[in-house]
Amino acid sequence: MHVTDTTSELVSKESVFQRINWVDLGPFLALAVLVVVGYLINPDFLSPTNITNVVTRATFIGIIAVGATFVISSGCLDLSVGSMAAFAAGVMILFMNWLVPTWGVNAIPAGIVFVLCVGALCGLVNGLVVTLGKIEPFIVTLGTMGVYRAFITFLSNGGSIPIDRSLREPFRPLYFGTVMGIPVPVIVCAAVAIVGSFILYKTKFGRRCAAVGANVDVARFSGISVGKIRTLAFVIQGICVAIAAICYVPRLGAATPTTGLLWELQVITAVVIGGTALRGGKGHIWGSLAGAVILEFIANLMVLSDFISEYLVAAVQGVIIIVAMLIQRFSRRS
Amino acid sequence: MMEAAVETRAAPDLETAALMRLTGVGKKYGSVTVLRDVNLTVRAGEIHAIIGENGAGKSTLMRVISGHIQPSFGTVHYLDEDVVFHGPADAEKRGIVLVHQEILLAEDLTVVENLFLGREVTRHGVIDDRTMEQTAIRQLAALGCTARPWQIVRELSIAQRQMVQIARALLEEHRIVIFDEPTAVLTASEVDLLLDTIRALRDRGVAVLYISHRLDEVEALADRITVLRDGNMIGTYDAGTLTQQDMARLMVGRELSMLYPHKRGTSDAEPVFEVEHLTVPGFVHDVSFVARPGEVLGFGGMIGAGRTEIFEGILGLRPAKAAAIRVNGKPVHIRSVADGFEAGIGYLTEDRKGKGLLLRERLAPNLVLSALSWLYRKIYIDERIENEQLDTAIRRYDIRVRSRKLEAGQLSGGNQQKLLLAKTMLQDPSIVIIDEPTRGIDIGNKSQIYSFIDELVRQGKACIVISSELQELVGLCDRVLVMKDGRITAELRDEEVTEDAVVLAATVGSDAVASREENARDRHHL
Repeated sequence: MHVTDTTSELVSKESVFQRINWVDLGPFLALAVLVVVGYLINPDFLSPTNITNVVTRATFIGIIAVGATFVISSGCLDLSVGSMAAFAAGVMILFMNWLVPTWGVNAIPAGIVFVLCVGALCGLVNGLVVTLGKIEPFIVTLGTMGVYRAFITFLSNGGSIPIDRSLREPFRPLYFGTVMGIPVPVIVCAAVAIVGSFILYKTKFGRRCAAVGANVDVARFSGISVGKIRTLAFVIQGICVAIAAICYVPRLGAATPTTGLLWELQVITAVVIGGTALRGGKGHIWGSLAGAVILEFIANLMVLSDFISEYLVAAVQGVIIIVAMLIQRFSRRS
Repeated sequence: MMEAAVETRAAPDLETAALMRLTGVGKKYGSVTVLRDVNLTVRAGEIHAIIGENGAGKSTLMRVISGHIQPSFGTVHYLDEDVVFHGPADAEKRGIVLVHQEILLAEDLTVVENLFLGREVTRHGVIDDRTMEQTAIRQLAALGCTARPWQIVRELSIAQRQMVQIARALLEEHRIVIFDEPTAVLTASEVDLLLDTIRALRDRGVAVLYISHRLDEVEALADRITVLRDGNMIGTYDAGTLTQQDMARLMVGRELSMLYPHKRGTSDAEPVFEVEHLTVPGFVHDVSFVARPGEVLGFGGMIGAGRTEIFEGILGLRPAKAAAIRVNGKPVHIRSVADGFEAGIGYLTEDRKGKGLLLRERLAPNLVLSALSWLYRKIYIDERIENEQLDTAIRRYDIRVRSRKLEAGQLSGGNQQKLLLAKTMLQDPSIVIIDEPTRGIDIGNKSQIYSFIDELVRQGKACIVISSELQELVGLCDRVLVMKDGRITAELRDEEVTEDAVVLAATVGSDAVASREENARDRHHL
């Protein structure tokens, strides 16, 4: 009782330097270093147009990575996000094209609501199979990855599903538009991250999500419904995929069987670079965003520089995820 | 036969040369000194007990001796030279082995594979299963371990795993064998066999260093006793000169007025908790019992007798069927721990590190993890609320923390247990079930936990204590149900609760079998 009174002093005596959590800051430091290196390699890298372009491109992975932070934090994994994005984009376009004759431009908000429901439903399927079927999420989402990918290939007959001509113009701003100079997808992405971090850090669900990922048994013995929490995490992931699809559709104006190919790898890489442990536990939403931007920056730098062929982008990204894991392990030990 | 050897053993030979001598050994982590100025001699052919409260530095000292860590100060003199061990493998090569307190086995491998992991016997470069199997059978039989050589470790009970781990350490001849709390998960008869094995080691000239919280074991076993307190060495004593009370006093540094609170006596109040015909497939067969407010109900028996499984079954943590479960006379349907809380049942797991606390999470989130739904009425989490709860819990349960920002894993076992108790009590259960309330906890904290239990029972709650420590059952419980092979074999009340009665009820069948076998063996020898 008396011991504890003196402890608050001890805490306040810690220097500011010690209080900084270097593991949490890691991805942002890496991002800063990358910006400096990028500028040194090619000053054009920091031109407003280039930065805007790159960051905007990173938003798809970023938005999905926010959802993936929930899933991974809860101790699961979702490999189906790339296929799901393609499938969501495909059915959204088909739905809007079907509505256009009667609803006109109103087909766009209807399509948005529709695709959010589709995303939530796809996530729900993943989550229920994982929790009710008690199957490894890796296997379940490996399966649904194939299923969603086959659906979009089937719906597009192996070709592409273009958006109706009359919708193309009104839909454009969702990717190409800006508000006060900031591209719309970036604003959407930031909004998703803000809502996401509120849910993960400031709500009971977020607490429970991290608890389930840190130790399933402790969660269960604490009276937490592990299945409910994980299913909800997958639903959040599905909604994030749908939001990414909404931003993606106006970019190319079509969905094809190759839409969102290998996104799952980039998403998982972004989350891991961001500092979230793959085995679950505390999630780092803003770190995941930084991770997504880092990946896109590196790809961009490789195009701008002549050191390495841009065909090796995937190789460099692959090396990065391994290095990120090594750093996590190293810092955990100390 | 072994007993004969023990009885004829000569008094510790003072002429025996020191096998190892530590001079001024200490260990510092950063600015914190956890062990200082230890001067210890280890002689061949002695059992040397190291006792002290948790955090006294016993494990640190043993880890220095076994090469897991290197001392910050002082010298280690071993076999006539000053040595520095480069890791546990180096120390093991030189004849020093540590049997860890935690069970470190590959769960998916067989017993034989685990015993010989990293030192497989080969013939012409091919694994020689038969030789290994025979050695394993011999080694396991010597320890009285019932595990079969080709059983997967995952299928073994905790006690069997511990025995396999000990067998692994004893597979090769060593000069110094260190046991860190080897009996924490064993039951009385298993402990007896292990103690015999340890005496046999000593009689072969091995130096045994023995860490235990169980002072009765230390008294029965040790030749010399070294006491540590708060990282300081208090002294080394000849075992004959110390009683258990002396040991406790030296460890704590003060007279232990009384470890256990006064018993309350069995209660005849209306039962608050009734379980009828509960079956947990594979563990518990048709068990019925009631718990009444105002008394501590104990569950005794061997590990694996199904005590923990009863309550895991009741709380829906494993498949189970019951004719009826009633709380305050009303039937309840419990499918999860959450339902249990709802019904007023709080359960403290025996595995506080694996199932009780998030070790890498801070204290406040751990404390309120079960209580989130009622603690936070608003949509968002207000950390002030949980910090207030933590302050209350720290005061109420005397949790000693040097900072509130610590992670739960950084607390000592006793403080973790208090935090877990606080976490469960936050749900204000009317029935508190505590599984192994003081496992791996030092005496000071033990006595505090007992008084917390006494307090909550006197407040009119019903408390059920599952314990493998006979002393604890006898000292704490007003009524004890003893289990064997998934059935309740005895109900003991008030004065009937004695160590002998519990042991008898827990072993009655197996003892009969054992004595029959012994008779047969003796006849064979004649």
